[in-house]
Amino acid sequence: MELIANFPGWAHHLSESVFGPELGTPIYTLVKTLVLIICIVVPLMLCIAYLTLWERKLIGWMQIRLGPNRVGPLGLLQPIADGIKLLLKEIIIPSGSNKGLFILAPIMALAPALSAWAVIPFAPEVVLADINAGLLYLLAMTSLGVYGVIIAGWASNSKYAFLGAMRSAAQIVAYEIAMGFALVVVLMVSGSLNLSEIVNGQGRGAFADMGLTFLSWNWLPLLPMLVVYFVSGVAETNRAPFDVVEGESEIVAGHMVEYSGMMFALFFLAEYANMWMIATLTVVMFFGGWQAPVAALSWVPSIFWFFGKAALVVSMFLWFRATFPRYRYDQIMRLGWKVFIPITLIWLVVIGIWMQTPWNIWA
Amino acid sequence: MTEQARIGRFREFFKGFLLLELLKGMLLTGRHLFRRSITIQFPEEKTPISPRFRGLHALRRYPNGEERCIGCKLCEAVCPALAITIETAERDDGTRRTTRYDIDLTKCIFCGFCEESCPVDSIVETGMFEYHGEKRGDLYYTKEMLLAVGDRYEEKIASDRARDSAYR
Repeated sequence: MELIANFPGWAHHLSESVFGPELGTPIYTLVKTLVLIICIVVPLMLCIAYLTLWERKLIGWMQIRLGPNRVGPLGLLQPIADGIKLLLKEIIIPSGSNKGLFILAPIMALAPALSAWAVIPFAPEVVLADINAGLLYLLAMTSLGVYGVIIAGWASNSKYAFLGAMRSAAQIVAYEIAMGFALVVVLMVSGSLNLSEIVNGQGRGAFADMGLTFLSWNWLPLLPMLVVYFVSGVAETNRAPFDVVEGESEIVAGHMVEYSGMMFALFFLAEYANMWMIATLTVVMFFGGWQAPVAALSWVPSIFWFFGKAALVVSMFLWFRATFPRYRYDQIMRLGWKVFIPITLIWLVVIGIWMQTPWNIWA
Repeated sequence: MTEQARIGRFREFFKGFLLLELLKGMLLTGRHLFRRSITIQFPEEKTPISPRFRGLHALRRYPNGEERCIGCKLCEAVCPALAITIETAERDDGTRRTTRYDIDLTKCIFCGFCEESCPVDSIVETGMFEYHGEKRGDLYYTKEMLLAVGDRYEEKIASDRARDSAYR
């Protein structure tokens, strides 16, 4: 037992005795970080895979169907079958494409989607990089994802792909601003860019002292921001009803039209990783992260709360997809520029004034 | 614009902000989530099919084993997809019989005209629809194959015709 509890200590010593005092510490840090990254990415990949199944199941149920149930019990092996199918398919690179960029694009889409997870606090103290500029890092990483889409559209040398990339660029730029402003409001009330601090800040307040923690979370005072943030998040991930980027009936698959096999799967993984990302961020910013909703339930492990809340929020994406028809492109632009950005600006001022009054609840 | 209309537009504007219509839509799909699924899981569960169902073709025989087809070629003539090919010859007993009766199921549109046109109820379309071919040629049915289908499902074919006869 003592050996496991003191694992970092003796592993550090082992590294130092093997590689010498000079190299020991950096090599230990490197190996430790790599192991932690694997500990985050492997469960994340499983979550992504099973989100595809959950999506098909949930939408199936909403359409009074059953959803996939043939591969394995309850269809639980379906994501694995899909993965194997995609792995075995041929990767076709169009002869007119820009080969280097064509291969780079799916990597550019997936890498930011995965690297953003470094600063997410899954539970108190359980975070890969507890950096002070966590929120800033997240905004940067989620914005980088659009490069994958644009490069894919450009490198494919195809009209549909190019149109999809153009749409995506305009859409993501428009909604990034509203999203950023919504997060600025969160930043104002919590006074920190550190995600753990933001979560901890939500656990304080009059309601939290009464044991009703869920009423002190940001969602209640910042409800309009939650709506704006989440809807912008749906638009950012190019999910229905904002999926004009890959709208099947309009431009086939948008930027992904020329991709096949595992290269297509990488885009697919990036999209679902981003869905989890937005859901997780919504939980961290507005739903108190790992905190239990009422103090009486705080004996449940915090990782359970974190995952449960994220799963609920991610199911909202699927619910939207089952409910709403696709927006027309000019309507998307109107909603982003003429509705969301003014709302967030007004609410920013409202919260700013609120914080200067004696009724400031975030002091 | 009248005062009334202006107030109406104002109300619409704020109703839009509250996303009421969207919530209504989500409530509808949310309710359907708890409805019982209507999926029929095909190989295990099947829907009942009508006696008039037009599936795989069959050539029937009389109870004494004599094939019904007299080689009149009405079905070949009426077939809109030109899927039927018939050749006839005189048999030793002086009757006209087919020497060749082929249906190309890849051409067939399952309209049922052949069955309608047949004066002796020889060519029929059965309720069978679970058949397949692994090569294109597998779905080119010859006389022997069609007679075999008829022999195999004669009971079902006869009962289907009997059930439907009152409405013809």
